[in-house]
Amino acid sequence: EKLAAKKKRRKEREALGDKAPPKAIPKTIENQRVYDETTVDPNDEEVAFDEATDEFAPYFNRQTVPKILITTSDRPRGRTVRFCEQLSSVIPNSHVYYRRGLALKRIIPQCIARDFTDLIVINEDRKIPNGLVLSHLPDGPTAHFRMSSVRLRKEIKVRLQQNSERKEHVPEVILNNFTTRLGHSIGRMFASLFPHDPQFIGRQVATFHNQRDYIFFRFHRYIFKSEKKVGIQELGPRFTLKLRSLQKGTFDSKFGEYEWIHKRREMDTSRRKFHL
Amino acid sequence: NRQFCSYKITTKTQNFCRNEYNLTGLCNRSSCPLANSQYATIREEKGRCYLYMKTIERAAFPRRLWERVLLNKNYEKALEEIDENLIYWPRFVRHKCKQRFTKITQYLIRIRKLTLKRQRKLVPLRRKIERREKRREEKALVAAQLDNAIEKELLERLKQDTYGDIYNFPIHAFDKALQQQDAESESESDAEKEEEDEEDMDKRDFVEADDSDLSDFEDMDKLETSSEEEQEVEEEVQKKASRSKSKGKTPLKGPARRKRPYIEIEYEKETETATKTKAA
Repeated sequence: EKLAAKKKRRKEREALGDKAPPKAIPKTIENQRVYDETTVDPNDEEVAFDEATDEFAPYFNRQTVPKILITTSDRPRGRTVRFCEQLSSVIPNSHVYYRRGLALKRIIPQCIARDFTDLIVINEDRKIPNGLVLSHLPDGPTAHFRMSSVRLRKEIKVRLQQNSERKEHVPEVILNNFTTRLGHSIGRMFASLFPHDPQFIGRQVATFHNQRDYIFFRFHRYIFKSEKKVGIQELGPRFTLKLRSLQKGTFDSKFGEYEWIHKRREMDTSRRKFHL
Repeated sequence: NRQFCSYKITTKTQNFCRNEYNLTGLCNRSSCPLANSQYATIREEKGRCYLYMKTIERAAFPRRLWERVLLNKNYEKALEEIDENLIYWPRFVRHKCKQRFTKITQYLIRIRKLTLKRQRKLVPLRRKIERREKRREEKALVAAQLDNAIEKELLERLKQDTYGDIYNFPIHAFDKALQQQDAESESESDAEKEEEDEEDMDKRDFVEADDSDLSDFEDMDKLETSSEEEQEVEEEVQKKASRSKSKGKTPLKGPARRKRPYIEIEYEKETETATKTKAA
């Protein structure tokens, strides 16, 4: 029945020729998205003012250099360990430390003392990493994500690269589609992981792409074949994140003040409503 | 033993007794609380241990059958209490009671120690939700068209000149020069540039480097100040240009890749390292 309707429409269009009405735009979820009142307008003064005074201001004013600590939950399995190493090769100036049963509440003051700016904890379940806690250290916000579809480097690249010396360049960062206030602050969190001056010689780019509340992370190497064409080759791990909660202070599950939690009952009701 | 007992659990090698008052947990004649009219057990409730005793005299009163004695918190004193309560009882029961008491206190200690440490909270997954999320993620992935988005963004950045002078795609540079030159209205140079535009990219590189005086480009501060840079970057860019021309999506293989993809791999490696050292 649909086919018949389509055929009829096409015939009409051909019959009308030039006077045919323009093609209808198909409805996608992005088109039909429920308007979120917290969408950030690029020229919004309030937002600009907020960002000048929030916890990432020192980073964006280039006063602090990011230094990241990556760790896991207890007893990480091989996959998680390898993922941590690859992640630390993606993010410059990052260190991986194992956690033999140390409480987070105790390592946070130590980290602050040693001048770390960010802490990443990769939670593991049944031998695969499935959660990520990213907290900005000097008393910054903590974001808790659910991580899914993690692919290590070996599983992405089919053709092995000949140069296995993977220098730690400072990659560029692309943040796509972070529209609302919440999305904006999360985007800034991600941006604050990477140092400000990317080394263009390295031609590496790390992408955080938000689509329907899922944040896809990819790490590519690009080359400009001409000024209108660019080729990208994926290297580096890939994973997707879904935000579960955002806390105001550093990681504290009991007494922390939550800025945003994903409440399944309320927030998952509409298919066209997204929060990031 | 061979008969039916509702508390009995049989496994391949052993029988177990499910009765709560059982002392050892096995289904034996000596450790069955139903079979023996004189029996004792240790049970713990909310962290405190009690000694339960059953005697023949109370066999007719099921409600008062089990007598309960609270044991001391102190381990040795509790053992003595067991002893004095079960003073004329058979050896087996006494021994097993003390063993059971020891084990119970040990696990209570462990519980107390563990609650101080961080505990793993198990959050049950909901299958329907998991499936839903997975499906949404796949759809979002498809809708995202990541590669296209990334490419678009990179090209945008190239256009907006965030890369500065590294990539010498002269059309852009010349366009900018054109726009700036329009303000100065030097139409002759425009014509020249347009002609040059139509030439080959490689040749253009040469031309730029040779024009070190750059008399026409006086307003182009970029090109002037970085003319030296350009010459250094020149080589790299040339090689890049030549490389980029002959490459597909494999930025790391050598120049002769298209024609002989698999035969001369070593060749490519060498040239590649050579170019890399030059560029660095």
